[in-house]
Amino acid sequence: MTITEKILAHHSHQEKVTPGEFIEASVDLVLANDVTGPLAIQEFEKIGATKVFNPAKIVLVPDHFTPCKDIRSAELVKKLRDFSRRYQVRFFEIGQVGIEHALLPELGLVQPGQLVIGADSHTCTYGALGAFATGVGSTDVAAAMITGRIWLRVPATFKFTYHGQRQRWVGGKDLILYTISRIGVDGARYQTMEFTGPVIDSLPIDDRFTMANMAIEAGAKNGIIAPDEITLTYLKSVITAFKMEPADLRSDLDSIYCQQIEIDVNQIEPQIAVPPLPSNSRSVRELTGTRIDQVVIGSCTNGRLSDLEKAAAVFLHGKVHPEVRTIIIPATQNVYYQAVKKGLIDTFLTAGCVISPPTCGPCLGGHMGVLAKGEVAVATTNRNFVGRMGHPESLVYLANPEVAAASAIKGRIAHPEEVVNP
Amino acid sequence: MMVKGKVWKLGNHVNTDDIIAARYLNTTDSQELATHCLETLRPELVQKMEPGDILVAGENFGCGSSREHAPIAIKAAGFSLVIAVSFARIFLRNAINIGLPVVETSEAKRIREGDLLEVDFEAGMIKNLTQNSQYFWSGYPPFLQELIKCGGLMKWVRKKYIKSE
Ligand code: SF4
Repeated sequence: MTITEKILAHHSHQEKVTPGEFIEASVDLVLANDVTGPLAIQEFEKIGATKVFNPAKIVLVPDHFTPCKDIRSAELVKKLRDFSRRYQVRFFEIGQVGIEHALLPELGLVQPGQLVIGADSHTCTYGALGAFATGVGSTDVAAAMITGRIWLRVPATFKFTYHGQRQRWVGGKDLILYTISRIGVDGARYQTMEFTGPVIDSLPIDDRFTMANMAIEAGAKNGIIAPDEITLTYLKSVITAFKMEPADLRSDLDSIYCQQIEIDVNQIEPQIAVPPLPSNSRSVRELTGTRIDQVVIGSCTNGRLSDLEKAAAVFLHGKVHPEVRTIIIPATQNVYYQAVKKGLIDTFLTAGCVISPPTCGPCLGGHMGVLAKGEVAVATTNRNFVGRMGHPESLVYLANPEVAAASAIKGRIAHPEEVVNP
Repeated sequence: MMVKGKVWKLGNHVNTDDIIAARYLNTTDSQELATHCLETLRPELVQKMEPGDILVAGENFGCGSSREHAPIAIKAAGFSLVIAVSFARIFLRNAINIGLPVVETSEAKRIREGDLLEVDFEAGMIKNLTQNSQYFWSGYPPFLQELIKCGGLMKWVRKKYIKSE
């Protein structure tokens, strides 16, 4: 069995599971946010439920429109807050909250081998830690809050093996953008994307989060990386006295894969995904003339500490172009605090960036940097759909933090080496 | 169950931002969501459609976010069903969970805007009254049939878990 099949078999109390099979599995963690949570609560209440299966396994994270952008958002967040008080489930107030997919791992709430569902499509992020994690809908969350269970169809696994050496400026974002461009936005629909190979073996945990995060952009049910020393080191840093168990969390050698591809990483340059699809990825060099109005560095894809470190390293070489607005969004309160302590915020402010509190904000066109008609942004986020960051005629290019920072300085799409070693 | 309605045809990879833009996610009111259904893609559509009409799309319908607001908006707008060559997985489960019928068939490619369809769920048959043709699809696996028969996930949960407490 593959790692995904092992986790699903364990959670449905079966010896084995086969792709295509429907199972009812127990869940270790149920997540909802300020957009999807209120609908889940509505469904929960509608059928007269009066208790949750286990308050410790439910988390409500108001991150999309917070600090609340308008009265209606405030009402939605209040619904989560009231529910959390009534049922003693975890809720994160402003001051503790962060973007859900950065926050939960940082708090040690996700571990290898677990089954996590979240009413948010990027829940697949936690696959970076060797968990089975998948995005579901609000009604699924309502049902799981009551039963502790979820219906699932066992996905077939698509294996990606990365060989070679990453070039300078190439991180997890470039690997995943390149991968999606190879297979398309539905290239792994209904499937598991299992990321393996020597490049993944040495890939830092934050880059792994970025890769698993964007599995959904290829239509996958989950993305997963088998836990190893890098995972263990990370988990020890967030969970006191963490021990890796169960130990058997690798795909068997005789696992059956529906598809496999080998990717030669030597050839991959920093990528940029042209609107309106994350699969429209090209080498940054092909687009370096494109004029821009805004840069956003943040989100559940690239708003972690190492992302901010990479961006700051570029901003040491130049200031934000006078015709560009640059918004930095640390993904969580802790990332923000670390960024202050490490002097990154200093660098950003000196360079002329503005710092937003942790929020999804402009990533989904919510607030804190919405685009006007005809405006163009480079963002470290994960979706460049039509109107994703604002007006239907605005454009979003997806890139890694260094490319975003270099573009902010140049006022056009730029390769980091244009700024750092001109 | 039988459904009859006129077709509104969409392309491939219609995403959840196309179906309901994020700026409307600060409400859970289904009627209000319905008024913005597919607004970016086909601004005139919700005004012109009639209750019972059918959405037909290409590949990967409903890709993108997990927002259940998308199938809710479609259902509340009055569409009786969505037929597509394929669905993105979260959209598919959301639709089934909330009781919006969905049919996955490659025959969707042959259906044109304005066609009048008659869909028989038990028989797994789509009659295209305009083109005078018929398409069959394999139907749902037993587990999903049970969910659909119950009227969606919450009714299934109530039957299976809450009543038995
Ligand atoms: S940062 Fe963007 S993609 Fe991530 S959870 Fe928030 S809105 Fe979704």
